[in-house]
Amino acid sequence: MTPAEQLADIAAEPGVSKPDPILVVDNVTRAFGGLKAVDVDHLEVQRGVITALIGPNGAGKTTFFNLLTGFDQPDTGNAVFDGDVASGQSSHELARKGMVRTFQLTKALTKLSVIENMKLGATHQRGEHFFTALFSPLWNVQEKEIESRADALLERFKLDHMRDEYAGTMSGGQRKLLEMARSLMADPTLVMLDEPMAGVNPALTQSLLEHVKSLRSEGITVMFVEHDMDVVRDISDWVVVMAEGRIIAEGPPDSIGSNQQVIDAYLGSHHDSALDLDADLLGGES
Amino acid sequence: MSLAAIDWGFILTQSVTQAFDFNAVVYALAAIGLNVHFGYAGLLNFGQVGFVAMGAYGMGLSITLWQLNPFLAVIVGMIFAAIFALILGLPTLRLRSDYLAIVTIAAAEIVRLIARSTVMRPITRGAEGLNEFIGPFRDLSPFSASQTYGIGPIEWRGSQFFAVVVGWVLVGLSLLLVAQLMRSPWGRVVKAIREDEDAARALGKNAYWYKLQALILGGVIGGLGGMVQALGNATVQPDFFVAPLTFFFWLVLILGGVGRVWAPVFGAVVYWFMITFIQNTGRQMVDAGMIPTSIMDTSQIDQIRFWIVGAALALLMVFRPQGFFGSREEMALDAR
Ligand SMILES: Nc1ncnc2c1ncn2[C@@H]1O[C@H](COP(=O)(O)OP(=O)(O)OP(=O)(O)O)[C@@H](O)[C@H]1O
Ligand SMILES: [Mg+2]
Repeated sequence: MTPAEQLADIAAEPGVSKPDPILVVDNVTRAFGGLKAVDVDHLEVQRGVITALIGPNGAGKTTFFNLLTGFDQPDTGNAVFDGDVASGQSSHELARKGMVRTFQLTKALTKLSVIENMKLGATHQRGEHFFTALFSPLWNVQEKEIESRADALLERFKLDHMRDEYAGTMSGGQRKLLEMARSLMADPTLVMLDEPMAGVNPALTQSLLEHVKSLRSEGITVMFVEHDMDVVRDISDWVVVMAEGRIIAEGPPDSIGSNQQVIDAYLGSHHDSALDLDADLLGGES
Repeated sequence: MSLAAIDWGFILTQSVTQAFDFNAVVYALAAIGLNVHFGYAGLLNFGQVGFVAMGAYGMGLSITLWQLNPFLAVIVGMIFAAIFALILGLPTLRLRSDYLAIVTIAAAEIVRLIARSTVMRPITRGAEGLNEFIGPFRDLSPFSASQTYGIGPIEWRGSQFFAVVVGWVLVGLSLLLVAQLMRSPWGRVVKAIREDEDAARALGKNAYWYKLQALILGGVIGGLGGMVQALGNATVQPDFFVAPLTFFFWLVLILGGVGRVWAPVFGAVVYWFMITFIQNTGRQMVDAGMIPTSIMDTSQIDQIRFWIVGAALALLMVFRPQGFFGSREEMALDAR
């Protein structure tokens, strides 16, 4: 049974437990002043599948990502990543353990070349230690390996023609691609993508989607934030809906559009028609 | 009253000598350190003179206080600068970059004020400074104090030539060190942190630790500058290490071009050449009556030369904002 098939008979209700979770979140809250940006009682993310995190603007998706990846610390509660308590660990520690994220506002390292951006992504580099850095023979061989891995990924993401350009010369969509490719250099087990398709032209979106799907076939777990429901339905195995900091619904992509809670969250409680997914009502800033 | 009255040979000799004298070395080392901080790691250090002072005092005290041998004294000077980096970096490098900037300005002044305080007199000799450390270094010098050394008209007394030679060797070694580090994966991480700390952290790099390492490295190189100063002047005076000196180091760095390995050295050489050239030319023009004393006397030249250098730097920023060797292409990326 594939990981996705394992989800088939899981109840579509918030906080439901899953057969093989890579990430388990318990009672995580984060307030900014009086505003409770995140208030998640329980959430499990299934290993090896693509989970979409959706919700209106300001729902707390990015804040939730920050809490999970160590870029922010929760006021209460904790997350367990791969059997290891993640809360309290710093972002770089979690990244080394395989939880790698991208950002809603792309972070291309503009004054590094594209290939240097890629090579940075590799973890456990001997030459990254001060004293070994001083002696090239200690890291030359590893550097070559990293470089050929980077070149292969650049080719896969069709960025090889930009290889030696400054990343700062890339377009917004190309930067999104670069950021995703770079995160793969870190050999992640869980990638967390915050709006990977935002601002990417439709032609490029298609190839980005293919890349995300290919992650799944390589056994990498993907959790991503997305506003475009077509995209969500196309690639995700499971959808988690957030509103006002809380998880209000979970389920397979087909079940989400007709969920009354979700409709209320997006359209206000006076609405009662099923969410028209094809009209892309959920389209946020993308 | 003509240009013939001016001794251009003398002016050029003076200018070139100063351009390669130990003072230029002090500026070069301090600016190489700042380049590591700002050019590569993106750290805003406005107290580089504090690191220079720590190096000088560390080396001086090792001999006056602890009677260590000169080589150990140099090591202690480096350790002093490294400790200063830890004191500044540990509490601030987790915070936004502006915090380091604020703390460094104050800390450098604190170093000077502590060194010259009466309480510290038994150790640092207060405002009088350290003088008795130079003996062991003179003993090491292969150059005779009674002779002059140099190339053609560019020459130094033996006692100072030692500082000049040691200084330029240190500059060379520092440049090799920085060049090697910056082409290594270590340098890649440091540059990535300069570009975007969060991106580096998301890829598993401990940004805090790398910033601390960069602060130490640049600080220790600045500390070497302090030691060259001590050797050249044969004294460590607290009031040499005044806060504005840091901004001359910045000037030298920007002149050469930020983020280029050897550009700060070029900046230091050009700076000292300009300063000396303007000063000597101005003096001779006043002496020759070309500039009436009602407008300016020789003592005012010393101030005027900084105006001229300032104006030259302002022009450089207009026409070549990346400095002599900086990359215009990289600079343009900031504007995108
Ligand atoms: N650092 C902060 N300080 C104060 N309030 C914050 C901070 N970060 C987020 N918030 C608030 O928390 C709420 C959730 O924000 P968050 O960015 O997580 O939303 P989001 O679901 O990612 O939205 P979007 O879809 O627009 O990206 C918002 O109301 C926001 O204003
Ligand atoms: Mg967001």
